[in-house]
Amino acid sequence: MASTWFRNPSILPGFGLTLGFTTFFLSVIVLLPLAALVFKTASLTWSEFFSILVDPRAVASYRLSFGAALLAATINAFFGFIVAWSLVRYDFPGRRLVDALIDLPFALPTAVSGIALAAVFSPSGWLGQKLAMAGVQVAYTWLGVVVALILIGLPFVVRSVQPALVEVQRDLEEAAETLGAGPFHVFRRIILPAVFPALLTGFTLALARGIGEYGSVVFISGNLPLKTEITPLLIVIKLEQFDYNGAAALGFIMLVMSFVMLFAINLVQAWGRRRHVAAGR
Amino acid sequence: MAGIAPRIEKRRNVSVGARAGRVLLITVTIAFLALLLLAPLGAVLAQAFEKGLEAYFASFADPDTRSAIRLTLLTAAIVVPANTVFGICAAWAIAKFEFRGKSLLITLIDLPFAVSPVIAGLVLVMLFGAHGWFGSWLQERDVSIIFAVPGIVLATIFVTFPYVARELIPLMQQQGSDEEEAAIMLGAGAWVTFLRITLPKIRWGLLYGVILCNARAMGEFGAVSVVSGHIRGMTNTMPLQVEILYNEYNFVAAFAVASVLALLAIVTLVIKTFVEWQADRRAG
Repeated sequence: MASTWFRNPSILPGFGLTLGFTTFFLSVIVLLPLAALVFKTASLTWSEFFSILVDPRAVASYRLSFGAALLAATINAFFGFIVAWSLVRYDFPGRRLVDALIDLPFALPTAVSGIALAAVFSPSGWLGQKLAMAGVQVAYTWLGVVVALILIGLPFVVRSVQPALVEVQRDLEEAAETLGAGPFHVFRRIILPAVFPALLTGFTLALARGIGEYGSVVFISGNLPLKTEITPLLIVIKLEQFDYNGAAALGFIMLVMSFVMLFAINLVQAWGRRRHVAAGR
Repeated sequence: MAGIAPRIEKRRNVSVGARAGRVLLITVTIAFLALLLLAPLGAVLAQAFEKGLEAYFASFADPDTRSAIRLTLLTAAIVVPANTVFGICAAWAIAKFEFRGKSLLITLIDLPFAVSPVIAGLVLVMLFGAHGWFGSWLQERDVSIIFAVPGIVLATIFVTFPYVARELIPLMQQQGSDEEEAAIMLGAGAWVTFLRITLPKIRWGLLYGVILCNARAMGEFGAVSVVSGHIRGMTNTMPLQVEILYNEYNFVAAFAVASVLALLAIVTLVIKTFVEWQADRRAG
């Protein structure tokens, strides 16, 4: 029988069974495999580990994975805010359809988005052709990576910002307008402070997803070593060459990065909740 | 009077400006989404039907494509029930009881969402691959997990692990346990209480979690790609078959298979919208 030190008493049944199964399944499916990666990395010497990490090809891949994810998340923060704003504040024909469509990147398999974007943006695709005339090539360059990550990250920003925008107090805005504040002033002083934590959460979620994204990127990026090769792809290549040490070391770094991002997301959300309480809402 | 007139004038200006801003923002929204979401969807259909209906349907006569469809259905048939049972158990333990380490448990359940799909495949290779922890043990017994169906199933369970649990946990926490406690005190058994009291309350949230889990299970690419070995007719799922056909420049077939996956995504969104509409209606 579980003691009251471990849990508060309850008359409901099934605590031992459900918690037991939950921890067992979690351990077997998630924790044990992650531990295997950590131990594999720990079996490397420091010099082996560092030489893999600072290899120029690896460094170029971090720069692309992180840089493209950062740029895509920034673009998503801007357009995602506009999309969320239009959906919350305005009523227009097809609004519900647009709202449902936002989740498409969540539901669409990444390989499908990948080949679809490649078809649209390749030099022979309908958008790629027009861009080529303007001298811009998106497919098979780093720009293609950014486009794929914008697609993947969009719902994170929109779905984070929407509920926060619903909660902004309209009477505050109206009061400010009555007192003579212009729309930009109202936006900067009333709306932005209220939704900023949500916007930052969406940005961080999109960034975290972008850093690890694989399926939608590999079809449009061209995958040239040192130029358009993302870190997850480099791991796959090392595995195909049976370089298990290299794959483990890079995988370990990405795992650490995931934990850092997870921590950042929790921090941002906790900060948002505190501001929410402090504002008396 | 002099003070009022400009104010009215100004209000008019604001409303004209607001109307222009409204048109501008809605236009930007629709243009951005059309470019980012509708253009790729249209491209999938355009490429799939480029050579006509016959070529489209001929793509599905390929035995390798058929076996990829079968493997995807088999994987989803194992993964979705497994994660549903897990999700219900986790939500029951977390929402109905107070115990130490609960927030750590919730964080760990969410972990697969934070990890790159490629890492999900990689960790299984480190565990079950030829050089992994259990590699030689498995080899002695002639069991293959990596480059075989069990690896694909395990990788898919990993990436879809949190879907059902994270839909149910907040829902059940918010609903509380008063009704369940009443049922137990009146002498109902645990199983009856769950089926008659809890299940009807959570059914929409459960359905929502299950369809999202299913969509991801059928569409997963990165994790499955690492552990599959890409053996035609054996360990290729639908997304992997799309990749192979695409890399062979067999675009009609690649986009035909992709169009089926796109249809799955759209059906998922329709069910999701319906479920949300149901939940809104019941909330009043």
